Amino acid sequence: MSDVVERTLGALPALLGQHEPGAGPGGAGGPHRLSASSRLGSLIRNITALTSKHEEEKLIQQEITSLKAMVSAPTTPLRLMKECMVRLIYCEMLGYESSFGYIHAIKLAQQGNLLEKRVGYLAVSLFLHENHELLLLLVNTVVKDLQSTNLVEVSMALTIVSQIFPREMIPAVLPLIEDKLQHSKEIIRRKAVQALYKFYLIAPNQVQHIHDKFRKALCDRDVGVMAASLHIYLEMIKENSSGYKDLTESFVIILKQVVGGKLPIDFNYHSVPAPWLQIQLLRILGLLGKDDPRTSELMYDVLEESLRRAEINHNITYAILFECVQTIYTIYPKSELLEKAAKCIGKFVLSPQINLKYLGLKALTCVIQQDPNLALEHQMTIIECLDHPDPIIKRETLEILYRITNGHNVIVIVQKMLDYLKETKEEYAIITLAGKIAELWFIQTMNAVFSVGGDVLYPDIPNNFLRLLAEGFDDGKEEKQLRTYAVQSYLALLEEESVFYPQKFLQVMSWVLGEYSSLATDVDPEIILTRLHNLLKKTFVTSETKAWIMAAVTKIASRASFSKTVDKLIQEFSSSLDTCMRQHTFELKHLCEDKVLMKGLLPFDASCNDMVVDASLSFLDEFVAEGLGQGAAPYKPHHQRQEEKLSQEKALNFEPYGLSFASSVCSSGMAGRQSPTGLSFGSDTSGNSAEMGHKETNTLKLEGVRKLWGKEGYLPKKESKVGKEDEPQTVSCSSLLAEGVAERPVSQPDQVSSLSEEEKEKQQLASTLFVGLGSSSGVSLMGKVDLSTQKFKRKSKIDEAQSNEEALDIKPSLCSSDTVEETLQSVKRHGLDDKLPDSRLSPLSLFADSNIEILQPSPSSQCENANKTVLLPSLAEELEELPHSEVAELCQSDALALYLCKVWKDDSLLLVVFVSNKNTSALKAVNILESPACQFSVIEAQSIGCCQKCVCMDKVCTQGVISGFVNYQSEMETHLEFSVSLSLLDFIRPMEMTTEDFGKLWLSLSNDVKQNIKMPSSQVSFSAALSVLHQKLKLHIVDIIGNEGILACQLLPSVPCLLHCRTHSGMLALWFRSPCSALPDGLLYQCQKVMEES
Amino acid sequence: MRFVLLFSRQGKLRLQQWYRAGAERDKRKAARELMQAVLARKPKMCSFLEWGELKVVYKRYASLYFCCAIEGADNELLTLELIHRYVELLDKYFGSVCELDIIFNFEKAYFILDEFVMGGEIQDTSKKSVLKAIEQADLLQEEDESPRSVLEEMGLA
Repeated sequence: MSDVVERTLGALPALLGQHEPGAGPGGAGGPHRLSASSRLGSLIRNITALTSKHEEEKLIQQEITSLKAMVSAPTTPLRLMKECMVRLIYCEMLGYESSFGYIHAIKLAQQGNLLEKRVGYLAVSLFLHENHELLLLLVNTVVKDLQSTNLVEVSMALTIVSQIFPREMIPAVLPLIEDKLQHSKEIIRRKAVQALYKFYLIAPNQVQHIHDKFRKALCDRDVGVMAASLHIYLEMIKENSSGYKDLTESFVIILKQVVGGKLPIDFNYHSVPAPWLQIQLLRILGLLGKDDPRTSELMYDVLEESLRRAEINHNITYAILFECVQTIYTIYPKSELLEKAAKCIGKFVLSPQINLKYLGLKALTCVIQQDPNLALEHQMTIIECLDHPDPIIKRETLEILYRITNGHNVIVIVQKMLDYLKETKEEYAIITLAGKIAELWFIQTMNAVFSVGGDVLYPDIPNNFLRLLAEGFDDGKEEKQLRTYAVQSYLALLEEESVFYPQKFLQVMSWVLGEYSSLATDVDPEIILTRLHNLLKKTFVTSETKAWIMAAVTKIASRASFSKTVDKLIQEFSSSLDTCMRQHTFELKHLCEDKVLMKGLLPFDASCNDMVVDASLSFLDEFVAEGLGQGAAPYKPHHQRQEEKLSQEKALNFEPYGLSFASSVCSSGMAGRQSPTGLSFGSDTSGNSAEMGHKETNTLKLEGVRKLWGKEGYLPKKESKVGKEDEPQTVSCSSLLAEGVAERPVSQPDQVSSLSEEEKEKQQLASTLFVGLGSSSGVSLMGKVDLSTQKFKRKSKIDEAQSNEEALDIKPSLCSSDTVEETLQSVKRHGLDDKLPDSRLSPLSLFADSNIEILQPSPSSQCENANKTVLLPSLAEELEELPHSEVAELCQSDALALYLCKVWKDDSLLLVVFVSNKNTSALKAVNILESPACQFSVIEAQSIGCCQKCVCMDKVCTQGVISGFVNYQSEMETHLEFSVSLSLLDFIRPMEMTTEDFGKLWLSLSNDVKQNIKMPSSQVSFSAALSVLHQKLKLHIVDIIGNEGILACQLLPSVPCLLHCRTHSGMLALWFRSPCSALPDGLLYQCQKVMEES
Repeated sequence: MRFVLLFSRQGKLRLQQWYRAGAERDKRKAARELMQAVLARKPKMCSFLEWGELKVVYKRYASLYFCCAIEGADNELLTLELIHRYVELLDKYFGSVCELDIIFNFEKAYFILDEFVMGGEIQDTSKKSVLKAIEQADLLQEEDESPRSVLEEMGLA
């Protein structure tokens, strides 16, 4: 039959060729078509003839009015309607609203004959978007067309589905589309796959059950269908590459066939075989081979062949080459291939064609950190491109430079970036580039950045800047130079009276002036004070900034013996309406009266010196005793007070317990340790060791902050010389007082020294734990570049060393093993499985809660098993009582076997992994990596090591895989991979509740999913079916009333899902509700499965 | 691919297809800005443009600009060739295509595009099969008045 079509089509081009411009190929068509093109044609011609926008508007409005009348007239025949739609599409394209026609487009798609339908569908796909309410009206039409016997109708329906379809209606068409996967025509099969791809993108849960059908599509005899299925595979592999490793070989074979020219010649593009297919495959291979030596091994050959075959000088071969190079640099490296790829990049970079040059630069950007030599090799080109007239080329070049910046070239590179920043007007470019420059950091540059970027910059940019300035460099002279330079440049900036500066910039300026202005010896402090004073009077300065300025004034005043300006300032602001300002002024005033105290309080350049904080507030003991003696109530912490209050009121508490000040630390983001806004946190460092350790390594150092504010508010000192009775007791967060008035609590020197001992230890721990973080977030110029693990390959030794250190540090406390002599094997994080994106079973931190124990089997069993080399592990007693799975073998080698047991605890899923040593000698350095990470330095002969790990589900999905591998040393180092598959059911627990509670909860939930499923024939009674659900899915049966039942369960930790089911005529109607939209889908799938099984 | 735009040198939109949901107003704004940006480019500059997080690949054929927005990780050159393949298809279908063909028969240009790119992914790289699909549908057009049974005879049903 199809040759009939072929022959008919053969005659077509001749027919089509006769058209005259303007009339289109339909010039020879029927009479109504002629009128269509002439109607539309005249409209278009008229519009083209017009000169002004105004006239055009008038004409289109006219047109729209007439169209409106025509489409809403019930007598308008469909063929006329079709013309109207085309004209409407045209009006919409010109930017005129024509929403009145949307509904008619749907009608046309519904009622028209093939031809009209086609226009109707087109209009729908152009007019509506996925969330448009009218789209629901289309569903019926699509369903009808999908069931049509007419090929064209089916194909149109599939096209519209893959273009635009409401997410919630997918179940209505899904079975029909699945059927189409077996259609005899390849075009239909292909479109069905495309439609499923679309569904996968918008609702991956809904198509989970048809994964094996995707495999069938991948093996389809038609290349088009196979190519279409690759879209889905690329997406799925992006999500979870470890689940598809077994397909690597198939993909390699397909690519080999394509490259070898085994495909039908139809698929050639400019005599290159199926380039789109090739590139798709190369991408998939890149994802599969990433950080996986074994899988990468499989693809080296075909990659080399691809490189070799792509010879013709044509864009399309360059496209393939580019993709090839990317893949080669992504997968586990092979030096020969890398060499070839590098050469290939050279071809791009040196090409006179600007498009290729751009791609060359792009490739360089990707690989430059892996291979810095490439930058040297192409330095001349890079320099040329830096001054390229095309801004895009320039941008990409800057991107390369950004990635190779170091201490020596930072100035030049930043200058170049700044030049670009000044030229560009594009907002997005400004934001990204400003971020980069801030990282690369330089004072002059920063001035410009702050003035240009102003308050829209991320708050941590100025903070980092100040931190760098305060911490300084190794070289003292350079440091001083830089600071002096900063002071001078800011003074120069402030000299200009009427210039507006962003608040953040003013804050930076005042901090630097306050801290370092005395470095500029040639400047009279009086001048600086005047400048700051002037600033205070400006109306655009916010009160936050004023606090910064006042802090600066106080610091400067402490160094000057006497200042007119300060006096004037005090006079002026002590009656200020701003409470904060008034308080600052008072503080300043009192401090000025005691210069010695002031000097002691505000030492020069002490912003980096760590200070000891008496967290226990021991200096107040006397005061407290006195208070208690006078009958005051003992202090109760906030949470205790709240609990008491609660128990009195017996009401629900909706406030979070213990307001966390940590958040304010982040939000107000402060760098300067003596800067005003930082002070309020000081009181909250409650000596919690973890917190302290953390903060020491953080950007925020709080040690410099004096304790002023306790939980009760301000902590007045008894011995205070300054009367504070008149001071407002507001909790003004940015109190200058802290710096100003507070005396150091040095009354108990012995305690201080003991504290500092402790402090030192903590610091040591912190530095060993966070050494990597510190160095990268600190002065590193490349702090923020996010790179995949692959790109760090060459640096990984440092990482290993660090993790080694970390492991050594912690191990003794965890393992009871007696010999810790082995050098631990490198703990190499395996990038591939790192994220477990599909399952989202986020493994907890490496050591967080793995209880490692070494089980010593009883001597008798040892004898028994001596020659059998099989050891069967068993659960610890307390776990044995909980519901758990069989102990199943995960993997084994000659030396060791890995077993897994899932324990379904009430509140979590516990994975217990047993490592059994089958050898007669001890195994050393056994590391289980990835999710249930743990390590054993030694596992004695014939014994079993055991570790456990709680897992939780981040994102709902029906199935997830955790994979990992075991490293151990027997005679040689061995590597063993395993994977654990987890099902949604592992995380489902029954949820007990009463019928009333069920009713209430039911009404409050919004996401629902309804589905009818067949009752298995063996299951006669309704209650039997429910008990299946109860047993297999762990659903709690709340109530059964007649032929209706309600069940409840929860997804750990506590996402409820309610199920209402009823029977009618052999069907079981399920109705799920849950606050989580994906959960009902997942459970429904499980229900279907167990019902089919039973 | 996120969207395809065709517009003339004068900045008149000739065809637009969006593959991600978006408000009508945003689309119009994006189209307007993009046209300005592309038209401002000089002939010797490269065919790529950074567009926020997206990348725009464009090519000029006579008086018409073809423009595709892709994601950062996508292959620019391949997109350039995709545009070229689309032009080839139009050319084959209309028989040496010119801007007027597309202006006056823009719905045909849409049909071809939809047959070629579905939901933002290239669907069929074989020129022959794309045109075959279009012509099959066109054939119906020619046979519009005739009863269904004829179609069934031809093996289309």
